[in-house]
Amino acid sequence: MDTSLVLVLLLAPFLGFLFNVFLGKKAGKNIVGIVGTLSVVVSFAVTLYFFLQINETKQAIAIDLFDWISIERFNISFGFLLDQLSIIWLLFVTGIGALIHLYSISYMHDDEKMHSFFAYLNLFIFFMITLVIGSNLLVMFIGWEGVGLCSYLLIGFWYKNQIFNDAAKKAFIMNRIGDLGFLIGIFIVASLFNTLDFTSLKTIVTTASDTNDFWVAAAALALFIGASGKSAQIPLYTWLPDAMAGPTPVSALIHAATMVTAGIFMICRLNFLFDLAPNVQNIIAIIGVVTALVAATIALVQTDIKKVLAYSTVSQLGLMFLALGLGAYEIAIFHVITHAFFKACLFLGSGSVIHGLGGEQDMRKMGGLKKAMPITFITMLIASLAISGIFPFAGFWSKDEILMTAFHAYPTLWLIGSVASIMTAFYMFRLMYLTFFKEFRGTEDQKHHLHESPSLITFPLIILATLSFIGGLISFPGNSWLNEYLTPIFLKVTEEEHAFGNTALALMAIALTGAIVGILIARVKYIKNNTLPSEDAEITGVTKVLYNKYYVDELYDALFVKPVNVLSNFFRDSVETTVSAIVFGFGKVVNELSFQGRKLHNGSIGLYLFAFVISICAILTYLYRTNNF
Amino acid sequence: MDVTTILIILLVGAFATYFSGDKWASKVALLFGIIAFAGSICMLSQYNLGNEINVVKLWITKPSIYFALQADGLSLAMLLLTTALTPIIIYSSFGNDYKNSKAFYALILFMTFAMAGTFLASDGLLYYIFWELSLIPIYFIALIWGNGDAEERKKAVVKFFIYTLAGSLFMLIAFIYLYQKAGSFLISDLTKLKLSSIEQFWIFLAFFLAYAIKIPLIPFHTWQAKVYQKAPTVGTMLLSGIMLKMGLYSVIRWQLPIAPLAAKEYMYLFIGLGIAGVIYGSIVALRQKDLKKLLAYSSLAHVGLIAAGSYTLTLDGLRGAVLQMIAHGFVVVGLFLVAEIIFRRYETITISEMGGIRSQSPKFTSMFMILVLASVALPSTFNFVGEFTVLFSLSQVNIWFAILGGTTIILGAYYMLKMFQHVMLGETNSKIFKDVTFNEGLSLVTIIAVLFFFGMYPKPIIDLITPSLENVLTQINRFN
Repeated sequence: MDTSLVLVLLLAPFLGFLFNVFLGKKAGKNIVGIVGTLSVVVSFAVTLYFFLQINETKQAIAIDLFDWISIERFNISFGFLLDQLSIIWLLFVTGIGALIHLYSISYMHDDEKMHSFFAYLNLFIFFMITLVIGSNLLVMFIGWEGVGLCSYLLIGFWYKNQIFNDAAKKAFIMNRIGDLGFLIGIFIVASLFNTLDFTSLKTIVTTASDTNDFWVAAAALALFIGASGKSAQIPLYTWLPDAMAGPTPVSALIHAATMVTAGIFMICRLNFLFDLAPNVQNIIAIIGVVTALVAATIALVQTDIKKVLAYSTVSQLGLMFLALGLGAYEIAIFHVITHAFFKACLFLGSGSVIHGLGGEQDMRKMGGLKKAMPITFITMLIASLAISGIFPFAGFWSKDEILMTAFHAYPTLWLIGSVASIMTAFYMFRLMYLTFFKEFRGTEDQKHHLHESPSLITFPLIILATLSFIGGLISFPGNSWLNEYLTPIFLKVTEEEHAFGNTALALMAIALTGAIVGILIARVKYIKNNTLPSEDAEITGVTKVLYNKYYVDELYDALFVKPVNVLSNFFRDSVETTVSAIVFGFGKVVNELSFQGRKLHNGSIGLYLFAFVISICAILTYLYRTNNF
Repeated sequence: MDVTTILIILLVGAFATYFSGDKWASKVALLFGIIAFAGSICMLSQYNLGNEINVVKLWITKPSIYFALQADGLSLAMLLLTTALTPIIIYSSFGNDYKNSKAFYALILFMTFAMAGTFLASDGLLYYIFWELSLIPIYFIALIWGNGDAEERKKAVVKFFIYTLAGSLFMLIAFIYLYQKAGSFLISDLTKLKLSSIEQFWIFLAFFLAYAIKIPLIPFHTWQAKVYQKAPTVGTMLLSGIMLKMGLYSVIRWQLPIAPLAAKEYMYLFIGLGIAGVIYGSIVALRQKDLKKLLAYSSLAHVGLIAAGSYTLTLDGLRGAVLQMIAHGFVVVGLFLVAEIIFRRYETITISEMGGIRSQSPKFTSMFMILVLASVALPSTFNFVGEFTVLFSLSQVNIWFAILGGTTIILGAYYMLKMFQHVMLGETNSKIFKDVTFNEGLSLVTIIAVLFFFGMYPKPIIDLITPSLENVLTQINRFN
């Protein structure tokens, strides 16, 4: 029963994919949308069933289908593991996934390749489910690379534009850098523990009396490199902002709510391993908080509405890694969930705006949309309040817990995280003010067509906004349903930080004040003083550096891409021809020898006789000397 | 029934094709190709049932040379690769018109015959004869039916012929030396020899020259790109899909078991050489302007990794190498078919003259994309199984080998996706591109099906090759 249901859960989106690939074009756009969406709804329904079942039995479900890959010391099976951790991820992957499919029916309706879009989206959900329910690291790796593939296909969805194709390629290659780290991590884990199965690993790691600290740390570090590729952390984050080239539902689903949390999922899955490597945990925390800050500073000055949200995503993921590095896995998960709600809402809202403006993404050409798009405005406002950390919205609770944990561990980390959070409040309301307030700055033609998006677009927005509002309830300080639910997964739960004490209240107050200050600064700047971000050419000073993202892309280009290409040219033009010439050289030498040899055979009997006598003498001498005569 | 049957089918097929005339040649060749494949499947089931399918007959008494064909799991796997790819290769050429096609298709079957013989022979001299015999048909195929300027082609093909022939002569010398010691060419006798480490060094080196040129490993690869470019695509497929596996197979079958001490002593050197090939091939592939040459360098990178895996002298390394050989055989044939399909429509293999194909041919695009993904070893394709196992074996020798060899997953993605972007994507090409025909589609779909099936369920192949590889390991470790 369980096995077949798991297969339904997994294969429903895959069947949707097959349908859309093979029959989609003939079936027509409405059928494509309905089949695509329903296949994810089926997965969501099955997830709910398992959620209720596991809530009751507290028993994880493990399924082994068959032996997949054999290596000498053990077999790697193709199997699934459904426990509290995978269920939590499945709930929001399939739930938000279904909403975004629904949204896409309307959003992508005018695209001639709508069937391909839904096919890729279904395929993505299939791989994401594989990633989440894989029972060992290698099955997880199938999903891991599979979602990367779908990300590639969807970023480059409008493939006639080579800039989009470049962005897609960049995403795939940068992810692959991380994937090499992941693979190396898998190799080390395999040679240390002779298994890749999560359940066995947990048993072995937690009961081992003596583990090799160096190699455990090396494994943790390599795996973290993998995680930082997928979840866009320093130094592998630059692909995510470029990934905004894809259609907006893709940015919401893949590049905000689900795929980019895969790195966090992986670290949570292997929490017992990371617990043994405190140095690596510190690295994770530092990378996380620095990413949070750096990305937030870049988001301050971006003018493309999706770019702001992209850097915001990188920044928020950084906060989640901060939590992971501090060993507060359940808090990281809490923020993953609330972030999925409000960031999906924000992206879908921005999609609604872009849709309404006929493809315009530059906030300098927006403004005053409040009246024309009230539902989009209200829902995005709720989500913005949530991400800014305003009481009592969902983001307030989850972000607060991360900062509180940081405060208890290292106050410096708390300080940096708090600064990043204030910036978040600022740039989010900058976005809101520029988009929805004051006068409309677009063309007359656009102004004429301004309208609220159809209900297929607003319905998901309303649901997500509601969740952004109440989502904090799942982990209320001092009485957290989420923590309790996840107890079997994590070895230690950071209880003291959840308590509602005086420090906690003080920190909350500081965080809240900071967020309000951030919003007020934005208000003064963009409403009261009515400033607008400068045109590209007029940007100077620090703003220019930020606007150009600290020139990191240019740096990577100069450090890696160009040298490799120069080397390639050098190999192609110089080394190849030289080696080839050497091979031909052997042929020439033989030719030359035979030519010289021919000269000896000049027909002079005297010379032949002379050579003959000398040779006989030499042979006789040799035989005599070796006593064989 | 023994394995000779397969060889007879292929040889008879070659003659039948030749005498069937130009009109029927391709169909007759396909028929015999399929019969040979079916026969190989029969052999496999006989083998699995435990029936005797080997042949050992004294062929020449003095010096004693046996007509000995031995089909263990490893040989059968290679035989199946050969006979499975041959019909696909023949069928994929149906869209082309060859002059004197009876000779062309007869040579293909003759080459398959020689390659199958190489994989089966267990007598050193017989093996050597098959090994050299396989060179002759490909020489003519590349020379007569190739592309581009005739003079330049002749230069490339003759270089290839002489180079590989010269390399193989060292192997012949090694065999003659071994015969002096063992009094026979049979592999079972040769692997019992207790050669001194000096002797092993020289024999290892002699074999190495032959194999390094054939596979090819850097820096012995200079014949490859030009020949791949100039040969007709069918020839390139035979070379890259099957023939270069002869070298890799021979490393496992002959070189390592006969001279294991040298293999152990210089293990790091040879693994390093393989990995250097991975990096070098990938980097050179990045800036190729010619699609077939790009695929040639990609092949160079992949075989480098396979060779590195073999030289780890571990079960994982050998197993991964064999899996990867088979996977690479299929994917590379598919990719060259893709190049051929584009050539049929645009009459060019220069990448800059392509682009904008995707919008005109959704089916072709999907199949090409899948092959690209298999080539970069996306998990769930067969290539991942092989590459993962090889890289794991390298990590067991030294983690840095795995890291350096693993750069293939980054660089491979880089040059393949870049190539795909420039060949397929962008604004619609002004030249019309007709989507795949039934023939082309069927060949590609077959290859893709194989890649996915064994990517998800490689167990049958793993079970087939493991016992033979364990034998090889026993032979390798006989000096311990």
